[in-house]
Amino acid sequence: METILLFAPLVGAIICGFSWRLIGEQGACVVATLMLFLSCLLSWVVFLGFDGETYTRSLFTWIESGTFFADWAIRVDRLTAIMLVVITTVSALVHLYSFGYMANDENFKENESYRPRFFAYLSFFTFTMLTLVTADNLLQLFFGWEGVGVASYLLIGFYYRKPSAGAAAMKAFIVNRVGDFGFLLGIFALFWMTDSIQFDVILPMGAELAEMNITFLGMELDAANTIAIMLFIGAMGKSAQLFLHTWLPDAMEGPTPVSALIHAATMVTAGVFLVCRMSPILEYAPVAGNFIIIVGALTAFVAATIGLVQNDIKRVIAYSTMSQLGYMFVAAGVGAYSVAMFHLFTHAFFKAMLFLGAGSVITAMHHEQDMRNYGALRKKIPYTFWGMMIGTLAITGVGIPLTAIGFAGFLSKDAVIESAFAFGPGLGEFAFWSLVISAGFTSFYSWRLMFLTFFGDARGNKKTHDHAHESPWTMTLPLGALALGAVFSGMIWYSSFFGYADQVGRFFGVPVAEAALHDAEEETRGDAAGDEVGYADAADSGYGGAAHAVLSGAPGEGAIHAAPDNDVLGDAHAVPKWVKVAPFIAMLIGLGTAYLFYIVNPSIPGRLAAQQRPLYNFLLNKWYFDEVYEFLFMRPAKAIGRFLWKFGDGKVIDGAINGLAMGIIPFFTRLAGRAQSGYIFHYAFAMVLGLVVLITFVTLSAG
Amino acid sequence: MENLISIVTFVPLLAAVMLAVIQRGDDEAAQLNAKRLALWATVITFIASIFLLVQFDAANTGFQLVEEREWMFGLTYKVGVDGISILFVMLTTFLMPITIASCWGVKHRVKEYMIALLILETLMIGVFVSLDMVLFYVFFEAGLIPMFLIIGIWGGANRIYASFKFFLYTFLGSVLMLVAMVMMYVDAGTTDIPTLLNHQFGTETFSVLGFTVVGGLQTMLFLAFFASFAVKMPMWPVHTWLPDAHVQAPTAGSVVLAAILLKMGGYGFLRFSLPMFPVASDIMAPLILWLSVIAIVYTSLVAMVQEDMKKLIAYSSVAHMGFVTMGIFAANQNGIDGAIFQMISHGFISGALFLCVGVIYDRMKTRDIDAYGGLVVRMPAYALIFMLFTMANVGLPGTSGFVGEFLTLIGVFQVNTWVGVFATTGVILSACYALWLFRRVMFGDLIKESLRSITDMTRRERAIFAPLVVMTLLLGVYPSLVTDIIGPSVTALVENYEQAVAAFEPHAAVAASQ
Repeated sequence: METILLFAPLVGAIICGFSWRLIGEQGACVVATLMLFLSCLLSWVVFLGFDGETYTRSLFTWIESGTFFADWAIRVDRLTAIMLVVITTVSALVHLYSFGYMANDENFKENESYRPRFFAYLSFFTFTMLTLVTADNLLQLFFGWEGVGVASYLLIGFYYRKPSAGAAAMKAFIVNRVGDFGFLLGIFALFWMTDSIQFDVILPMGAELAEMNITFLGMELDAANTIAIMLFIGAMGKSAQLFLHTWLPDAMEGPTPVSALIHAATMVTAGVFLVCRMSPILEYAPVAGNFIIIVGALTAFVAATIGLVQNDIKRVIAYSTMSQLGYMFVAAGVGAYSVAMFHLFTHAFFKAMLFLGAGSVITAMHHEQDMRNYGALRKKIPYTFWGMMIGTLAITGVGIPLTAIGFAGFLSKDAVIESAFAFGPGLGEFAFWSLVISAGFTSFYSWRLMFLTFFGDARGNKKTHDHAHESPWTMTLPLGALALGAVFSGMIWYSSFFGYADQVGRFFGVPVAEAALHDAEEETRGDAAGDEVGYADAADSGYGGAAHAVLSGAPGEGAIHAAPDNDVLGDAHAVPKWVKVAPFIAMLIGLGTAYLFYIVNPSIPGRLAAQQRPLYNFLLNKWYFDEVYEFLFMRPAKAIGRFLWKFGDGKVIDGAINGLAMGIIPFFTRLAGRAQSGYIFHYAFAMVLGLVVLITFVTLSAG
Repeated sequence: MENLISIVTFVPLLAAVMLAVIQRGDDEAAQLNAKRLALWATVITFIASIFLLVQFDAANTGFQLVEEREWMFGLTYKVGVDGISILFVMLTTFLMPITIASCWGVKHRVKEYMIALLILETLMIGVFVSLDMVLFYVFFEAGLIPMFLIIGIWGGANRIYASFKFFLYTFLGSVLMLVAMVMMYVDAGTTDIPTLLNHQFGTETFSVLGFTVVGGLQTMLFLAFFASFAVKMPMWPVHTWLPDAHVQAPTAGSVVLAAILLKMGGYGFLRFSLPMFPVASDIMAPLILWLSVIAIVYTSLVAMVQEDMKKLIAYSSVAHMGFVTMGIFAANQNGIDGAIFQMISHGFISGALFLCVGVIYDRMKTRDIDAYGGLVVRMPAYALIFMLFTMANVGLPGTSGFVGEFLTLIGVFQVNTWVGVFATTGVILSACYALWLFRRVMFGDLIKESLRSITDMTRRERAIFAPLVVMTLLLGVYPSLVTDIIGPSVTALVENYEQAVAAFEPHAAVAASQ
């Protein structure tokens, strides 16, 4: 079943991409979509029927060299199962949606067949993403990692006529490669230390790695931290974390369904998946954990500030994605891996929903993406409006404080924020405040988007507004399906991801132990680990009744791992009430401000921007990251390249050697000139060969 | 069949002789005849080499299918293959039919062109199967001549300069090798390679002209061979002949040069330097690792600013060969496995990339990157092929380009993390120049007037690429096809190497204490 699940999208991609001339464009796209729905169905079967027990199905050997070994395999544990559902569900819906969205694309001419190519790329992407999450070793994961990169490259550059699309595609690939540089070094270092890259071998070695030292660049470093940071650099690239994020906004050059699938729901969350996958090692790498928290918190904050002032509807959502990814990393960094996965899970639904909704708006508005030209669309495209509304309620975190009732984002985001606080003073507080402030900003820009698009007066081209129309069912149906996820996914799986340890443990297949008293942890830890209670025993304790349980699996046992001293999950439930309410209040402030700015008195934003010109430009220009990188990396690289070429190769090397050669060549040409036949080369070479043979024989006979 | 290797080696030569003697006239029919004959000869050679592969036993790390007979002047003709050489033979026989098929459009002196390519094939195979030093040398040097002619006669505008540069660089390097071979003969009393592999060349430190030579005779011999192989590779800083040669060479010449001739240097390191002079290799390894890394970073940066497609790919070849020398002198299983794999894989990928350039060069008669743009609009099939090999070139997992790069990197990382880190930046840089090329040639709208009527690949062109596509993907997904064959031989090589190095060190310690 897993094999079918994995290969169905690949088969779909191949059929769609190569035989559409035979079965027709429409037929090819339908095949690809059906394959995806099949894959989706099987994923839900795997997810719902999964009992927590990891299993691996090895297909065949990939690379084997000496002690190095990596195979092609399908490994399923809870992390994989979650990802399977997220990937195939969103992908299937995006396939369906694309029938409508890609029906008449103005970037192509009448007779050009672009749709089979689009569907083939989408299916190919899905396949590589699935290989990523089903990997049983780091190298296959890396295969998927780069594979999704290529698919993303192809899809960002899908509108190949637009120069900006070509540039964005290249940028995405190269910036990701910078991350992959770290990822590869992580793999090298890990293999050097443990002689393996198979998860079964390396995951249980977290504690041992913490004891080892690696001599890296002349420094004696702690192996676990070094490796974890290197791998995280890979995650930073893929998940658009601060400093390696500049590709994500530009990636919006791709068609909107792509943004929903790749640049919101799945590919960009691969970094979070990687970090959670490596949790048994990360648990023993405190420095790396802190690094992840800092990067995640800063990303969440910076992206949110940029999102405040963007005018392109897709860019606003892109920065929002980047910001939410920061949340996930903070959760992973503090050790609450299940919470990180929770936010990943819910985010996939509501963010895909927002993007697809934005796509619907864009289609309705004839590919106008500037929100300043929107307005009053609520009545024109009601389904889209309500879909976007649900998405916005979810992302801004609307729910009933202090309960587990609310939209998906309310539950998962608050879980992240509480976990951050529970991490403790210092870094925990820093992360907490960044995330709460970011939550306020998130609320502001999300509502700003809603108000600018659907409320107020119609702005911009009147004709476009007159022609605005609701999208076909292929587009609204996926919106509806995702809306269900955006509303309910949080409440349904709340306790599985963010319940007490016994519930989370059961869900992730991690054994749970009794921890008698929270304060007496240190003493009882040894005993607790000794008399593990299986999840069956703890099964009936229910929500709220099992505060005494902690995750206690050995590293590599179950899908995630919590070190003995990690009880963030338990502590997160015990945070003060004001902490639990804080994000809700931030949300209200953001909503209120947006309402004031864009409904009550729409002249405020303009005046404020004029007043705070430098700050406004700073945010509008995305903190000038692109400009700085251009100045720091691209121009020097080209200048150095040119210098090495012209001066290094040209003057120094050729100069020296040609100086020598120029003494010899005239000799040859003079000689050749004397020859009567035109075949000068024959003469030259008969001579040279003769010389060689002569020397050989003379010297050998002398020897 | 006892003389299978000789058959594989000399069928192309036989065909060349037939062409030279029998073929008359230069009209279209005669040209087609010549091409057909050459194609058939290379295909037969390839089929014969498959028999070779079938008979080959990978578990046996010695030389197999050995043929030995008296030759002229008391010299010995001895050929055979082992796990290290056989795949280079296969690579050559596999690529030659493709190369011949790629010159179907050539009109100028077709017969001579085919003869040159056929002779070249014999000489290249000869290099990889020679088990006698003199024989090796003859093949190794003689191979220069047809290549020199191919560039000099069928090349571009500046072909004379390029062909002489090519010839002088490689020839001057080889002269030192010849001297070293004489010294080896004096020292060991034989030119038989299997015997030499078991001969221990002196490692006693001595002084020459006031210089202390650590590693003694071995170091001297090593350096002499190094001069030849480093130029052939080519390693930085003796690489500058390659871009010029590539730019001027006709498409088929570039394919052979990049795909096969460059591999002779790497093969030489594995056949001579590492096993025969292990102590010297160990002494020189740090230097070579650094030269390799410089090659990777330096030439990648240079590739980024190229305006000529062929030059860009040529520089990228130098960078990829940097991974090879790095893997070889990491001197562990991963590194050497990776180096051999990288050479095989680079054979397919660089060959394909030069063929890609050839496709549009045939149409537009220019290699200037700026002359193109938006080709994807009119050439979707070409774009797909070019994309695939661009990705293979940047080492995308799932293509053969990844495996070699990855193994050499993981091999060298365990030896020297500095080298490992700098070399790994190659994965970023290669993406920069390769995608930059792809973008400028393929993406964008097709607005240049000259390109309005450009046509997509013909059936013949697609057929040429098909086997390369298959191999690139197949080896990318199932590299065991290669590593299973080379693995045991490499293991033996590494073991011998480590023993020799270990034996030297106490000796050196004693010497130091005295």
